[in-house]
Amino acid sequence: MTIEPLFTVPGAPAGASVTIVFEGTPLRVPAGITVAAALLVGGVREFRSSVVGGVPRAPYCMMGVCFECLVEIDGVPARQSCLIPVHEGMVVARQLGAAHLDVFSPGEEP
Amino acid sequence: MSSQTMTVVGGGLVGAAIAYGALRAGMRVRVLDQGDTAFRASRGNFGLVWVSSKGGKMPRYASWSRDALKLWPNLQKELVDLTDVDAGLEQPGGFWLGFNDADVRARADLLERIDREVGGIPFKMMDPSELRQYLPGIGPAVVGGSFCPLDGHANPLMLLRGLHAALRHRGADVITGVDIAEIRHDPASGSFEAVSQDRQSWKSDRIVLAAGLGNAGLAAQVGLHAPIASTRGQVLITERLKPFLDYPTNKCRQTREGSVQIGSTSEDVGLDDGTTTDKIEILARRAVETFPALARARLVRAWGALRPLTPDGYPIYQESASCPGAFLATSHSGVTLAAAHCYVVGPWMAGLSQVPAGFEVFTGDRFLDADASFSHDH
Amino acid sequence: MSAAADLVVVGCGPAGMAAACEARALGLSVIVLDEQPALGGQIYRNIEAAPADRVAVLGKDYEAGRSLAAEFRNSGAGHLHGATVWNVAQNGAVDYVADGRSRQVVGKAVLLASGAMERPFPIRGWTLPGVLGAGAAQILLKGSGALPSGPVILAGCGPLLYLLAWQYLRAGVTIAAIVDTTAGSGYLGAIRHGVGAVRGWRDLAKGLKLIATLRRNGVRFYSAASDLVIQGERQAEGLSFLHRGRRVTLPASLVLLHQGVVPNTQLSWSTGAAHRWDGEQLCWLPETDRWGRLGETPLYVAGDSRAIVGAQASATQGRLSALAVAERTGRAVDSGRRTALLALFERQSHIRRFLNSLYRPADANRIPRDPAVIVCRCEEVTAGQIRGYVELGCRGPNQTKAFGRCGMGPCQGRLCGLTVTEIIAEVRGATPDDVGYYRIRAPIKPVMLGDFVD
Repeated sequence: MTIEPLFTVPGAPAGASVTIVFEGTPLRVPAGITVAAALLVGGVREFRSSVVGGVPRAPYCMMGVCFECLVEIDGVPARQSCLIPVHEGMVVARQLGAAHLDVFSPGEEP
Repeated sequence: MSSQTMTVVGGGLVGAAIAYGALRAGMRVRVLDQGDTAFRASRGNFGLVWVSSKGGKMPRYASWSRDALKLWPNLQKELVDLTDVDAGLEQPGGFWLGFNDADVRARADLLERIDREVGGIPFKMMDPSELRQYLPGIGPAVVGGSFCPLDGHANPLMLLRGLHAALRHRGADVITGVDIAEIRHDPASGSFEAVSQDRQSWKSDRIVLAAGLGNAGLAAQVGLHAPIASTRGQVLITERLKPFLDYPTNKCRQTREGSVQIGSTSEDVGLDDGTTTDKIEILARRAVETFPALARARLVRAWGALRPLTPDGYPIYQESASCPGAFLATSHSGVTLAAAHCYVVGPWMAGLSQVPAGFEVFTGDRFLDADASFSHDH
Repeated sequence: MSAAADLVVVGCGPAGMAAACEARALGLSVIVLDEQPALGGQIYRNIEAAPADRVAVLGKDYEAGRSLAAEFRNSGAGHLHGATVWNVAQNGAVDYVADGRSRQVVGKAVLLASGAMERPFPIRGWTLPGVLGAGAAQILLKGSGALPSGPVILAGCGPLLYLLAWQYLRAGVTIAAIVDTTAGSGYLGAIRHGVGAVRGWRDLAKGLKLIATLRRNGVRFYSAASDLVIQGERQAEGLSFLHRGRRVTLPASLVLLHQGVVPNTQLSWSTGAAHRWDGEQLCWLPETDRWGRLGETPLYVAGDSRAIVGAQASATQGRLSALAVAERTGRAVDSGRRTALLALFERQSHIRRFLNSLYRPADANRIPRDPAVIVCRCEEVTAGQIRGYVELGCRGPNQTKAFGRCGMGPCQGRLCGLTVTEIIAEVRGATPDDVGYYRIRAPIKPVMLGDFVD
């Protein structure tokens, strides 16, 4: 799932933190940071797979222009994780290829 | 190969298809095309390969569109074989979706009449529960619809690229970045000369005006009448989405790449190919009403393009009486008619086949009648 | 239903904040729309919340943002964060999405202050996880206090690269190497602007001191490096490059690339404004009057989105634009104030031409020679494919976009636009001005269709 993080926040355990869930695994991360930052310090290397070649991608710009950091957040596909702050209980998943739309409303039979 | 040369003014979908059709029939062909920022209807085309409801006021246009659809698979295959470019043709049938009962009834009447007058354009009216078997995501706003098994869609941009690749592959002379301002005819030799704004010129035995909006100003120089005006269509395009829509519809279609195209407006705004907030909002709302799941799709582009339209919305295909060898072709359905432009119109305008039967209805002279009034569906 | 203000500012960095302050001081009503979660732009990102130890690592230039942020807080300007502007019309209407709904605010004037972005660095492997912009890594430091866990390679050129290295040193990060792509000729060319640079001697001394400090601390420094290739299949594993005629390969799972910053011009392009190619900064600049106004519109541009001038000069430029807006809306403006700001701007921006020349990114790092290099990250279009479309008759980026989807992805051409223009120009033997740029249209940021539904 996750490996040695590329980034680390020294002294983070001392500050306020929240728990988010990434691909089913809880991650304890500093409060007030963006989802992209949280995943990077949480050891996530691959944020998404590209829409054409299906190869791994991860944040490049961290400021909202490159769209490499797209993940699914709380059920909404293809969100820019570098622009969205974490919140307690947030559910995050990789964006694998193109965004998937659930065309059936809840309770409706496919 | 013919010893004669044909110049096609315009390298959009209409010009490129006619040029390629003439070339493959044996003509020497030159294409004169504008540059990067030209008004290009070909770049804003919605991509439907469509006959349903076309030609309600001109049966020959309905049969022309119907026959064009039958020729399309051959063009698709030919372009792939020759150039490796996949124009993305899919012909699974297509849906028209209605938001109110009166529209649905009018639709049924129209399709019934066209099929009776023209023949071979079958359709089926469906209620929402039947529609959902094919289009599971439609919302409650859709109260009915029609299905035509002949309809489909393609990728207009790949079609354009494929035609240009095919032109080059077969040795056409394609000259880009030129704006043609003047057409000269020498009655003695019967030859033509196309002159650009920067005073370059090209001579040829035949000339085809396929310059979209530009035809309006060029036609009279070779004795033709082409009162073409622009109608703006705005189109929305989403990010790529996983496949969820198996059929093209009149309101939106999912491309093979996965993006959903949502169209389109029809506005008389002159030569303004911009986009506007109010129309973007209307199109977005209509798309979400049609397929509620689209609320979570991201809009990545809005597009405005100018349709070159005649007063009745139907094409002009005509040879000049006063300047034989000069032709004009204009149509806003450059995708639907691509294969017909290639296999039928190209050889005719190259002088390698007879004028197609019934084409007298497509002359621009129909707009010369001072007492006539026209309207079009766009 | 539209809201209204005398001045609508897009972007809450130095230019936007300073313009808002100046306009408020002259009695204008001001609304600032910003996409980011907090004020400060990228340069002063998280300036209000960053703890003291982090500010100490980031240094005095970052800390300087505190007073501007405080002035902005007290200015009475409205500030909407998390607001994604997606359209700016020529009449001053600004459409944006906030809280999942598209809204409109109409300004008597609109100031575009969308700042800069890092220049794309299209080399083999730049799309791999583990490769980020140096500016991106600095944003991580400002916003989260995040530092590289293991040895990191910094590659490229430009002041930000050395600044980040210096900040990392102070924070105790291990820098595996700095791979400097500044060409030897860059230093020669820069001498032409030496006179100007001497007047900006403080900046210059600061820059030289940074490099000296890095060397003194034993950071491995490869100068005049070329032909950079990121190693790795699914993630970065190292950087390979030519140095003094020999190929060097260094292992690293984190490679930070940088070759300067360029104006973020999507907004000004989208309004239909004229732009010209700047041969010194190697990017597009909007054509404005002296105060940043676009043609005869009520739209203005200030700060790095007009031309790269740096944080302090951006703030001053924002104030000058605000004065022009105030005057146009009938306020009396103190000419002494304007004169003083102009003089200040001169001092703050004087070193710029020297820096442009010194840190001019190498042609090969902007115009990939290797046909397999990905140019369009979204649609995965390569440099070789772009060249092929030009051979097929494409004369500009809108045609290559139509033929190959290059620039059609969610980043809307931001990460490929400059590269595509320069590739086409090279193949055609034309100038970038002849080739042109993408026709940028609304929405200038992707918005959800549901944002238009109540």
